[in-house]
Amino acid sequence: MNFELSDEQQLLADSLRKYLANDYSFDARTKIVASTVGYSEKTWAAFAEMGLLGLPFAEEHGGFGGSAVDVMLVMEALGESLVVEPYWTNVGVAGRLIARGGSEAQGERILPALIQGKQRLAFAHTETGSRYDLRHVGARAKRAGGGWTLEGEKRAVLHAASAETLIVSARTSGADTDTGGISLFLVDRRAPGVTLKEYRTIDELRAADIWLNDVSVSADALLGGEGQALGLIEEVADYATALLCAEAVGAIRYANDTTLEYLKTRRQFGVPIGTFQALQHRMVEMVISYEQARSMACLACVKADTAGAAERRRVISAAKIKVADACRHVSQESVQMHGGMGMTEELKVSHTFRRLTMIAQTFGDAEHHLERFAAADAAPGA
Amino acid sequence: MDLNYSAEELAFRDEVRGWLRSNLPAELRQKVESYQELSKEDLLRWHRILADKGWVAPDWPKEWGGTDWTVTQRYIFEEECGFAATPPLVAFSLRMCAPVLLRFGTEAQKQRFLPRIYKGEDFWCQGYSEPGSGSDLASLKTKAVRQGDHYVVTGQKIWTTLAHHADWIFCLVRTDASKEKRQDGISFLLIDMKSPGITVRPIILMDGGHETNEVFFDDVKVPAENLVHEEGKGWTVAKYLLGYERMGTGRIGASKRELVRLKELAAHHTKNGRPILDDPRFRDRLTRVEVELMALEITNLRFLDQMRRSGKPPGADVSMLKIKGTEIQQAITELMMQAAGPLAQAYRPLDAMDFDHFTARLAPRYCNMRKATIYAGSNEIQRNIIAKATLGL
Repeated sequence: MNFELSDEQQLLADSLRKYLANDYSFDARTKIVASTVGYSEKTWAAFAEMGLLGLPFAEEHGGFGGSAVDVMLVMEALGESLVVEPYWTNVGVAGRLIARGGSEAQGERILPALIQGKQRLAFAHTETGSRYDLRHVGARAKRAGGGWTLEGEKRAVLHAASAETLIVSARTSGADTDTGGISLFLVDRRAPGVTLKEYRTIDELRAADIWLNDVSVSADALLGGEGQALGLIEEVADYATALLCAEAVGAIRYANDTTLEYLKTRRQFGVPIGTFQALQHRMVEMVISYEQARSMACLACVKADTAGAAERRRVISAAKIKVADACRHVSQESVQMHGGMGMTEELKVSHTFRRLTMIAQTFGDAEHHLERFAAADAAPGA
Repeated sequence: MDLNYSAEELAFRDEVRGWLRSNLPAELRQKVESYQELSKEDLLRWHRILADKGWVAPDWPKEWGGTDWTVTQRYIFEEECGFAATPPLVAFSLRMCAPVLLRFGTEAQKQRFLPRIYKGEDFWCQGYSEPGSGSDLASLKTKAVRQGDHYVVTGQKIWTTLAHHADWIFCLVRTDASKEKRQDGISFLLIDMKSPGITVRPIILMDGGHETNEVFFDDVKVPAENLVHEEGKGWTVAKYLLGYERMGTGRIGASKRELVRLKELAAHHTKNGRPILDDPRFRDRLTRVEVELMALEITNLRFLDQMRRSGKPPGADVSMLKIKGTEIQQAITELMMQAAGPLAQAYRPLDAMDFDHFTARLAPRYCNMRKATIYAGSNEIQRNIIAKATLGL
């Protein structure tokens, strides 16, 4: 057992941090967020250049065959700097779906382009009323000619407008919440019948609601087995959740560092406010939350691509419970302890607050994972 | 990063587990599992079994009987002991007095006391707190006046755990009241509990148990050779010792065992005809405790890993383990009592009736464990330590 990072891991994390410190300051980020598209092609190209986009993918596609722990270090750094580019969506979710569920031809067609920064994807899954239940899919796909026709609505699809290709879940059989009958399709975002309504999210990402009206795709658009997608979606959601926990850890570290700094410099009643025990003890609790969340993020990433399904479910849900609780705790306290300044758009801590709030509920809030953890415990063989 | 044990570590774990299975007496295990009070003989019996095996003081230097285990091996050993429900070792002797002697004691003091501690021949207790000096330890008043080749000690200690079993007490005493800085006039003395002038008076806690005591010193003569480190340097010794004291308070192995027990209990007791384990409100509280414990185990391992790599003694970070570890211990006792519901009111049978012993220990155990966030430096003191030493506030 050891927690040491390899030289390669340390090197990559250091060079990414250095890049972000120089090229992704809070001011630079503010400009990117305010731009029309809401992300920076320059940053994306730099990520491709650094090898970040290929980190977990197979070498045959131009990747580096990295583990979830390798990606964890990247996610922590992105979390600290509140990076808005669609790294997690592409590398952690959509790319992972292709790598784990795609045919050889699909992998060949998409992954090298993704790794080189030439193609982006998004995962269109959530629907009205589905909440965090991954089984809940009402969109339908019917066989038509040699291919398929898709019909339905998708909600809150992260980074949809910046993607060339959408991975859309749709039912090829069964009722809305059946475990079987869900299939995944690769859909050109500009295909006839695809309508996007894009919006900003509270944490300054971009998302879209999507309408699919009589959208035709060819037979080779089917990703994985027909009606068999739920297992793949669950596995990838767990993997992506582990990475999200790591992003949260980075953002929490920033929130703690900046709050501690504020306690030492902000003076009231003639003394730094950090001399007040009421605030000291709360700051200590934030640090403990960070350490506990960090431990669970490590555990989640170690297990995300090594454990069997039963253990993986249990550990990832445990991690998300702890991390969601820590996100809420640290984000709220960091704003409170900054006083009025913590409320302002001007301070990065209010942006960290928003990102942590959204991470806490992405792919399931604490309550969702409490339920899932209990179910995993009760399952035979757990 | 690799969170799995290596093949060697797994083999070591199996060895420890197998040995515990065949060497931990069943009646001791049952007593620990059902939260019964352990007698002095119970504690020493287990101590001697471990001493015979050579495992009673893993963290001592090898020449004094240490095992030369790696940090991970020591952790595995503790974890397995906790999980197997061994009685606790007498920490005041092995984990507090001994490290102090090893660090600050003279060769004669080491030769005199360490072998006896190892063999379980001397039982030690700790004389720190006083009626007016709890969290503010440096305000202590018990006074030691040098007269020729001995000190004369007068004063009172309180919350002295297991003083009624102890052969010796290590004490913080004031040898110089004139110093401007209160910490400067304090010394560290080893006192024979059989010395004339010592009176031990029990303090009964709210669970009815006798663990802790008041100890009165009335002109007690202590040979000067029992001074550890220099006169007036007792605070340095005390601070050194506090890190060691906190290291052992996480009790992660024991909490893991108790959590298993809690789940069994919650599967047994029902609400509306269903196990209370399946009640979402109960289950959520239980899961959050379980998750904190999973996280604390990794946090503990991360800190141990840092210690191993830096070669430094435990820093202020271990205060976090104390805070979280004790919060978890308390939460488990509370949920156990809640799981049993109205049956947890039972306390002690009035005659030889058949009695569910375990259920009757739940409420007393809950009461008793409120001590955990108070002892060994209250959790508020731990937060002060982290704020100052780690955060620089």
